[in-house]
Formats: sequence, structure tokens, C-alpha cells
Amino acid sequence: MSFRQAYWDEPLLLEKRSAPDDRVDVADLVPPNLRRERLGIPNLPEHEVVRHYTRLSQMNFGIDTGFYPLGSCTMKFNPKFTEELAALPAVARMHPDQDEATMQGALRLLYELQDMLARIAGMDAVTLQPAAGAQGEYTGLLLAQAYHRDRGEERHQVILPDTAHGTNFASAGMLGFEIVEIPSKDGRVDLKALEAAAGEKTLAFMLTNPNTLGIFEDRVLDIAEVVHDAGGLLYYDGANFNAILGRTSPGKMNFDIVHFNLHKTFTTPHGGGGPGAGPVGVRGPLEPFLPVPVIGLDGRGYHLNYDRPKSIGKVRAWYGNFALLVRAYAYILRMGADGLREVSDHAVLNANYVRHRLQGVLDVPFGGLRKHEFVASAAKLASRGVRTVDLAKRLMDFGYHPPTVYFPHLVEEALMIEPTETETMETLDGFVDALTKIVGESPETLHGAPHNTSVARVDEVQAARDPILSWRTAKARGST
Amino acid sequence: MPSDEDEMLQAMGLQRIDDLFADIPAAVRIPKIDLPDGLPELTVVRHVTSLLSANRTMAEMPTFLGGGLYDHFVPASVRAITSRSEFYTAYTPYQPELSQGLLQALWEYQSLICELTGMDAANTSMYDASTALGEAARMAHRIHGGNVFLVPRALRHNRKAVLANYLNGTGVEAREVDYDRGTGMLDLTKLEAALSPAVCGVYVENPNFLGRFEEQLAEIRALTGAVFVVGVNPIAQAVVRPPGDFGADIVIGEGQSLGTAVNCGGPLLGIFACRQEHVRKMPGRVIGLTRDVKGHRAFCMTLQTREQHIRREKAMSNICTNESLLAVAAAAFVAVQGSNGLRRLAAENIRRAKELAASIDKISGFTAPVFNGAHFNEFVVRYKGDYSAVHRGLLARGVHGGLSLARQLPELSDSALFATTERQKADDVNRLLQALEAVA
Repeated sequence: MSFRQAYWDEPLLLEKRSAPDDRVDVADLVPPNLRRERLGIPNLPEHEVVRHYTRLSQMNFGIDTGFYPLGSCTMKFNPKFTEELAALPAVARMHPDQDEATMQGALRLLYELQDMLARIAGMDAVTLQPAAGAQGEYTGLLLAQAYHRDRGEERHQVILPDTAHGTNFASAGMLGFEIVEIPSKDGRVDLKALEAAAGEKTLAFMLTNPNTLGIFEDRVLDIAEVVHDAGGLLYYDGANFNAILGRTSPGKMNFDIVHFNLHKTFTTPHGGGGPGAGPVGVRGPLEPFLPVPVIGLDGRGYHLNYDRPKSIGKVRAWYGNFALLVRAYAYILRMGADGLREVSDHAVLNANYVRHRLQGVLDVPFGGLRKHEFVASAAKLASRGVRTVDLAKRLMDFGYHPPTVYFPHLVEEALMIEPTETETMETLDGFVDALTKIVGESPETLHGAPHNTSVARVDEVQAARDPILSWRTAKARGST
Repeated sequence: MPSDEDEMLQAMGLQRIDDLFADIPAAVRIPKIDLPDGLPELTVVRHVTSLLSANRTMAEMPTFLGGGLYDHFVPASVRAITSRSEFYTAYTPYQPELSQGLLQALWEYQSLICELTGMDAANTSMYDASTALGEAARMAHRIHGGNVFLVPRALRHNRKAVLANYLNGTGVEAREVDYDRGTGMLDLTKLEAALSPAVCGVYVENPNFLGRFEEQLAEIRALTGAVFVVGVNPIAQAVVRPPGDFGADIVIGEGQSLGTAVNCGGPLLGIFACRQEHVRKMPGRVIGLTRDVKGHRAFCMTLQTREQHIRREKAMSNICTNESLLAVAAAAFVAVQGSNGLRRLAAENIRRAKELAASIDKISGFTAPVFNGAHFNEFVVRYKGDYSAVHRGLLARGVHGGLSLARQLPELSDSALFATTERQKADDVNRLLQALEAVA
């Protein structure tokens, strides 16, 4: 496949020629010491603004543009009908402080979505409040802390495998917990290392299964036993949920807490970095600690319950990213139990197929099956002066978004490839053919890549050395 | 022709899909998810539309709620821009060469936020204003080291609750400073009494939760050397001097007003900006200006060594997924409005609130505004009796009144916070006034 991305020498909004400022008199409206007379924002015709953003969009790559095998991010096609539902006035023009009697539809949807997610995860209760996966982790750890404290225990160690997502470390770190990192053995949790680490200080062990190598932790019940015997809780990082729908569940694997990434598994589009949604499911004993309000149902209808003495309080304002929750609700109804199982069937089929076809082209450490993703290594190309970053940049020239690179850290020169279920064999073959061709290309071609994108290789070191994060700062430095 | 599935399985020497799940032990398998099977798109659309029709929307029912989220009109061009699927179906722009469009749009968002707030740097978003406040308190602690963070007592309860959780594990305590009962602004005597070398940061809002402009920013800055954090309404900033003029270190705010619907409380846009000297202590994703190897202007994510995927437990924050698309919407909204549009919008919101308060004040039994001085788009209304009866009476007449303050501040349990925007029609206001007359 050949590809050439648009390039517009598009000025900044703030560089465009502005129509004159009108006089807007606020003398009788704003106290004198607060009054502002001028705002440095240009006055532009609407069509110029629309053109500006249309041109910028043409210099951007989304799932609708092409294959996006970004490992751990589950970049599947986002169905369009959920966009229309999320834009309904019954979603967009609801104020969260409205009287419960006027928001019965919204509350019912939330209540039913909680139930659906609980069934999918094998959990007893769900909160929809967290705004993203990392906030779900944060919420889950707060719940674990509250649970232990309620039992008179102060535990402050969080155990993490070396394959864990960076957010796991950061979420535990934000709460001041001590992190005990354990090494993997053959791409899985080393049970002996876990046994040595687990004890009376263990708050929780956070694990994603399949792990970030795409390998299923087949001794998960033994892992759960070790953690539970130490009095700790087992936390499921839901980033990789796309691999197990209808085959197993965190509940069945004896996890106590789980977060979902609705923008991954349940296909709410990622918006170029967000919004997402990170609901959290728990087992019964943790239910009293869920954030307020909890959505209840009684003879009078659905209601918001704030009277929860053991609750951890709130992790963000109101009830969660409602418009995203509507999309996930609609998606789950559309797929159903049978469709969700097919999601995982095809996500796993596609990942294993790409891995199979890449054998001999790149090394893939660790044997056996993979689930929704796998990690290849370009370490053997180092002798030719070629690194993973070069392969990633060159893939763009063929119209593919590169995989996640240099993660997880235990694989040298890593490429983490997650095709997702919504890709055809034709697309996967095209990708493998391109990568195969690239691996055979000269180091000069690769170092010069990308050639066909809007701009050439970007100097990220310079950006960090002297950070210019706004037009004001750029002007002050004379570096526009 | 064989299906993709058959051909791929055959290529791998496998018989059936189940072979790919042989590594899942029998003990943890489930037969299927305990949900009904899938439904056609048309059926789902009908079902969700019908279910949501039980809602009474602000389009159907004149509604005077604000309290942090405001029902401003969103020009169609904003949604047209954010509906470009190259934007909304992209992931975080990890690969700058393929993502220049989004990176420029986000850098422009940062630049526009800096114009509005008078700061040097902004990140590409926090989840909402409440989490931006939590992150600002943590950042104040990183900068200063002190373990007390002062916040207004008249701060919306959901922001206080989120702040408490964001301070968990930091050793920092949030303490409240009361407001002046006459002006609704921060009580400077009380602030002075609360200040000490242990105070790492002072937070105030302009306009504040009670709708009042906080006119004492210069005085507050002069009282303390701690990190000064100011919460803003970005639309009000069009006619209000920026916190940067008053020596603020960090500016936060709820950006929903800029081009995003209220959406029953989410997604929202946490604005977060700071002075240049603090950028390496700032949480969240930031976009930097740089060049490509050919010398073209280019943009990329930068200062990533502050972030979770590099710094792990030492990261400034755990935030990863944020609210980028809403940042694009905010920038597009500001661009479509321009200085002229934004200033008119801000002025209209002040004027409407002023007129509405005066009209309500004329109705027997009601006082509005309760606090003296200039307000932005909301104000406190006091009723001579039990406000909940007024609330029910309004609802019975098809009008949704303001936010009852009983749960927020006990001394205002007979009061409610009424908000107005440019979106309400004259008839909506008349219906409110008639309904208030009827229930008084």
C-alpha cells in the first residue's frame, strides 16, 4: 500500500489576520479593578475556522484512516450509530443537578449499564464515576485502602509485575503506597517471587490478564490464593479485557476489583487522547465503599443515593462521562453475549495470525499462544544500526499507524502489536508484507523515514530542552 | 471462497477458534456472558431513544441550573469540527509525524487558554475542574513543600470531596477559609488568620461558587508567598483581567462552557495552566513547539519524563487518557467566537443574570441577589420559607429552578443558586417569574 499524507502550511489561528475588535462596553457589568478591555484572540470568519480545522484533520491519522495496531490501546473501529445516540438532546441537554424525577431515563441507563458490566466481569457492583482507566485504578486502590481500614488494617504495599502498565505504578505512587515490583519468569508472574513479596503489608496485587505480552497468566487461581492468603486484594487492570470476553471473567479468576476501559473494549472513540471512561467493579465486601452517589432503584423509581457512610466520597464531579456511557451501553446491547464473545474470538485470531506470519521476520520472545496482542523484538537488527523507532517511522510511509514501541520494558527493542477484531485478513496481510519489506530495507532509507507524512522526523529532544507550550511563550522567545 | 477465519486458522494449522483459547484453564472458563444476545442497530437505536425519552431535557423545560456546568449554545461548526473522524477516532498522538493536525490543534488550545488566563503554559486537559483542583493542590505541595492547602469554604461540595481524595497519601490537609456574609467574597481577615509557613497554596475562584466576582485577587496575592491557584470561568475571562495579571501561579477551571454540551455531567474539560517556571512540575499531557529534521515547524508531546509511562510511581500524575477532544472543541469554540463574540457572550451573561436577579427580587418572599456586588451568570436567591417547596412548585409548573444550597452550606439552606445563559428565551424567563409568583 502506498500512502501520502496531506501537508498544508497552515498558519496558527493566532497568526491569521483578524477583523478589528468591536467595542464591547462592560463598564456597568465588571468591577473596575477586574475589567479587561482587550482579548488577544483573532476575529475570523466561520468558514476560515472550519477550513483551518479541516486542513489540520487531513494532517491526522485515526482508525477511520487506517490500521492502528497500537498495543494495549485496543484501537478497534468505532461504530457510527453510537455517535448519533450520544448527540441526542436527551443526553446532551441534561444537567446533572436536575431533580431525579426529571432524569429517570438517564438514571435507568446508568443502572442497567452497571448491571451489564457487573455481569461481563463477574463482579457484584459497579461504579461508573471514574473518568478514565488510570482514574479507575486510583479509585480501585482507594476502595482497597478503605476496605482494609474498615477491618482495622493499615496496609501500604502494592505489588506489581514488571510487565504492568505505567499507570499502575503512578496510581499507587500518587496515594503514597510503597511499590514492590516482581520480575516475570517466562513471560508470566513468578509465583515464588510473588509468595516472597506478599505479606501483612500487602494492600493489593495489580495484574492484567492476559498480561502486556499478550500471554494468559494460566496460574491465576494460584496467584489469587497467594494474595488472598496474605490478606491482600487482587486487582484486575481491564486494559486487556478485549481478549477474554465470554471465555473467562475477572470474577471467575478470583479478582476482587476490576476497572474497565470503555474506550478500549466497549469502543467509545478515543478522541485523540480522550475522553474515556473507567468504571470499576467490585466484589460484595467492597460495595459499601463505592463512590457516591450510588444509583438505586425502589418503588418510586431510580434515585441517587448519597447516604453511604463508608463511601470513599468522590473521584470526580457528578456521575461519570455520561455521553461515553451511553455509547458503551448501546454497543453492549448491539453485540450481546454472542457478539462480545466473537469480539474476543477475532481479536485473538488476528493477533495470533499476525504473530504467525511475522515469525522469521522479527523475533517474538516466549513461546505459546497469545491472546489479543503480542510483543516482537527488533533487537537483532541493531547490528545493522536499525532500531525499533526506525521501523515504526517507516511503517507510516505505508499508511499504517505504528505499534506501541519500547514497552513492555523487559523486551528489548519492543514492538507491541494489537490488531483488534475489526480488521480483515487483507489488512493484516498488507501490514505484515509492509513490515517484512521494511526489515529488508537499507539503514539509510529507514533512518530517513518517514518520507510520506505531513512532516519529516520530529525533533522531540529540542521540544523538551526548552519547552514552548504556548504562542505567548513562543513570541517572548522570538521562536515562532 | 473460504472465510478469513477459516483461512487464518488453516495458515496456523489450527482447526477451530477454541484452539486459540487452550491456554485458559478449565477452572476459570465461563460458558458465556450472562447477557442476552445481540440486537440489530435499528432495534438498539429505538430502544435507547425510547429509554432516554423518560428524561425531561433543558430543551423542554426552562432550567436555571449552573453550579459549575452551563448550558451555553454550541455553534454547529464546533461539532462539525470535532466530528472529523481523523480527530475523534485517533489515539493519543504518540507518533508526531502522523499526528501534526491534532498536535497543532492541541497546541493552539494551550495557547488560547494562556491568552484567556495570562499564563505561559497549559496542559491539554484534566478530567474536569474538580480533578484539576486536586492536581493543583498536589502541584502546590511539590513547589512549596508545605502541608496545608487553603480553599474557600464556599466551594462546591463535589470539588471539596474530590480534593480530599486527591490529597490522600500526600500528608497535605485542605483547610477552609470562610466568606464574607455581605459580599460573598473571601473573608480576608479569616484568610490572614489561616495563613502560616505551612500553607503551600491558596485557592480562590473568580467568579466564585456563589456567582460573585472575587475582586480581591491583588490583595490575596499580597498576603501570601504560597502558590496562588485561581479557578476561572473561561467565558468570564473575556471581560475579566486574567489571573496572570494578579500573580497567579496556577489557573484551573471547568472548560465545558467552551463548546461542549452539559451531557449530564460528562465528559468535561479540566483547564490547567501555569507560569513557565513551574512547567516541569505540572501534571498531564503537554504539546511543545519544535522542528522536523527538514526545519519545518512541528509539534510533539513533550516533557514526557514527568508522566506515568516514563516516570512511573514518581510521575507528576497518573493521568493518561484525558479530555483531548473537548480541548479541540474548546479551541474551535473560541476561534469561531473570536474576541468580539466571546466578549459579547460574557457581557450578555452578566447582564442577563443582573436583570433576572432584579426581577426575582421584586417578587414577594424572594431576595436576589443575596450577596452585594457584581455576578457573572449566577446568583443566590433566598426564600422566606422552605426552599424545597419552591423547587417542587416550579417543577409542577414545568420549570426547573436553581441548585438548592441546603446540601452545600447550611446557613444558605433557604436559598438556591440560579443560573442563566444566553440560551434561555424571554418566554423561559417569563415562565420562571410567573411560576415563582405562583408558588411564593
